[in-house]
Amino acid sequence: MIAEAGLAALWLAAALTIAQLALGVLGLRRAGEGLAEAIIPVSVLQALLVTFSFVCLVTLFMRSDMSVLLVAANSHSAKPMIYKFAGTWGNHEGSMLLWVTILSIAGATIAAFERKLRTDTKVATLAAQAAIALGFYGFLLLSSNPFERIENVIEGAGLNPLLQDPGLAFHPPTLYAGYVGMSAAFSFAVGALVTRDVGPEFARAMRPWILASWIFLTIGIVAGSYWAYYTLGWGGWWFWDPVENASLMPWLATTALLHSVTVLATRDGLRAWTIMLAVLAFSMSMVGTFLVRSGILTSVHSFAVDPERGVFILGLLVFYICGALALFALRIGTVREGSRFDLVSRESALVMNNLLLTVILVVVLCGTLYPLALELANGEKISVGAPYFNAVAGPLAVILMLILAAGPLLRWRTDSTKKLVDRIALALVSGAGAALLLAVFAGDLGILPYLGLVVAAVVGVASVAPLWKRNLRRTPLFTWGMVIAHLGCAVSIVGMASESAFTQENLVAMEIGETQRIHDFEVTLEDVREAPGPNYAALEAVAIVRREGEEPLRMVPQLHQFSDPVMQTNQAAIETYWNGQLYIVLGDRSIGNRFLMRLWWKPFVTFIWLGGIMIALGGLLSLVGRVRRDIVSRKPAAPELKGAPA
Amino acid sequence: MMRKPLLWLPMVLGLGLFVLFYLGLENPGQRIINSNVIGRELPEFSTQVAVEGVEPVSSENLRDGKPRLVNVFASWCAPCIQEIPVLLRLRAQGIEIDGIAVHDRPADISRFLAENGNPYRRIGLDNEGRSQLEIGSSGVPETFVIDREGRIVYQHIGIVTEQDIPDILARLGETG
Repeated sequence: MIAEAGLAALWLAAALTIAQLALGVLGLRRAGEGLAEAIIPVSVLQALLVTFSFVCLVTLFMRSDMSVLLVAANSHSAKPMIYKFAGTWGNHEGSMLLWVTILSIAGATIAAFERKLRTDTKVATLAAQAAIALGFYGFLLLSSNPFERIENVIEGAGLNPLLQDPGLAFHPPTLYAGYVGMSAAFSFAVGALVTRDVGPEFARAMRPWILASWIFLTIGIVAGSYWAYYTLGWGGWWFWDPVENASLMPWLATTALLHSVTVLATRDGLRAWTIMLAVLAFSMSMVGTFLVRSGILTSVHSFAVDPERGVFILGLLVFYICGALALFALRIGTVREGSRFDLVSRESALVMNNLLLTVILVVVLCGTLYPLALELANGEKISVGAPYFNAVAGPLAVILMLILAAGPLLRWRTDSTKKLVDRIALALVSGAGAALLLAVFAGDLGILPYLGLVVAAVVGVASVAPLWKRNLRRTPLFTWGMVIAHLGCAVSIVGMASESAFTQENLVAMEIGETQRIHDFEVTLEDVREAPGPNYAALEAVAIVRREGEEPLRMVPQLHQFSDPVMQTNQAAIETYWNGQLYIVLGDRSIGNRFLMRLWWKPFVTFIWLGGIMIALGGLLSLVGRVRRDIVSRKPAAPELKGAPA
Repeated sequence: MMRKPLLWLPMVLGLGLFVLFYLGLENPGQRIINSNVIGRELPEFSTQVAVEGVEPVSSENLRDGKPRLVNVFASWCAPCIQEIPVLLRLRAQGIEIDGIAVHDRPADISRFLAENGNPYRRIGLDNEGRSQLEIGSSGVPETFVIDREGRIVYQHIGIVTEQDIPDILARLGETG
């Protein structure tokens, strides 16, 4: 019954979405107030129904109801509860249902709480939202029914073992929340194009959505990177894998959008560019989802999807994205040009930031798609890896960071170079100091890590500069947010540069009882033994780590062997110190009675993710600060009163 | 007004991207994973009796001078049911198919075959998935094309569909 109820709710939600779209279109045509108001309850009800449908699917997974095809194909009754739960979206149909659920909740939130937008723009936005949702409902109901029944199955096929990790179980919903938040920004952009209402008010309405999805995307990327680092056992934190790129590209576009929407909200500038970026950011999340889920690129994340479904999704993508871009081409000429600004100004720095982020995005996109294009052209299989991306994106990122250091110290509209130099002097001196120290003491560490550490010093000092001579208690929360996020960039870069320049590695075949050195640790292999897990067999090594003046430490790296489906994963043993991590991996082969072990000392590697968390936290503070100010400023001023301070 | 045509550039680029994706989806070579077991001698393995009176599968009896398919399946595997009709058609065309049931129980296998049809000549039971690992398979269903000397010439991951039949026949032909 649960499956049938879920399916019925899904059909009803789809029907309401059609109503939502129709009400929106009619409401805009006749400016009929009644119709326009009816769209609000319809949006909310639609979201409730699809949420119910999703809860039904979760219930089926938690109960291991093997009479449902999706559960039988992706779950297993012996699985720990948390993975039964996460198994709901660990597959194609379930992840699509989650997608449309979050999308509809976002729509309902706009309908119920958005007060800054003009009514017609809000109606147009909700209609655009309905149009997106409708495509996904059609997809679910016509070709990927998650509630399809099957007979005579007693046991399920399991969940990809790589996905059986608590962190990873919640990784997809986090990224999805980010992706879907971008769909809200996209709907705003389409709505504003339809009603020709591109201005500061619109930008302020759109900004919380951009901030929120940017926070989710940031957390998703940071978590995904740390997951890859500790569970794949290769000691790296970023592989430039197509799947990683698929999440990085929307992040880059959203980061650019976040900065340009601020120009639009504060200075009424960059109108066309902001709309363009909103469309681009959503396009990149859709392209990312498509690349990852269609199986077009080989990856651990791609589910087996038949080509017909792939074409269906692709059709939806073409319709939405090219439709929005065509609307952009038709309408943007009628949007009044925004305010002007001088070459040396905060706006100018933000334009540079936008251009660089976009160029990096194009570089990543080309690198990700080049193998696909080449294979189509002449059947050659190649992969574009770290050397290309690092060589091209690295220097661009260094320039971006220098702009990041200068931008917040510039005034809006116009400023003088001389005053900028005064404000940034201390940061430049720190950079020069770091350059000198590294040249004298660090030895040969490669040009990119060297530049990275110097730039990190400049950014680190410059990013706190906006707080100087300010009353810290009266500094707005979003200024704190910016400072912390920018400081997080510096912290991350320190981690990346140190890890790539100073990592020490010892790859050894160890006998039991043998001792090896790494950095200032002595690692003794005490035992290698079997360790059965809930649904896997594991081999684990017990290593005793000694360092002068410290208690000995036990570290237990594991090798997991899953049976359903058969797959091997690595669980590195990691010990964190303030200045780095000791990282031990048990290799997958033994030579006679020797076991392959990898020992790594990774200085300041944790700074990579610490910086990432700071960036997300900065975003969160900005979001809270903005929303709070909006609520406070709404009370005295009626919506008609325009030109009130931001 | 040079700006006008320029405004359409994003859409043109977008369309170009989607043409690329479409071609990528339509290109069938794309989804075949080149396994590192291809071209190798079959490693030594053996399986247990799965169904009373039916010979089990081992590396020994795969080297009988006849090209064949080896299909890795399980009675609990929902997608495996979908490919049985296709395997039955191949069998009707005179192709010999051996099955290896992984992580399964004899009673369940018999029921599975009774309900869906039996395309297999030999059926082996591989309870721990050891043989599956040996031949380089990592999931169900998977189908291997074995030549007359007992070498793996092709590994098909996932369901064998009607569309795959010509390809599989061609690869079996290559081995003859």
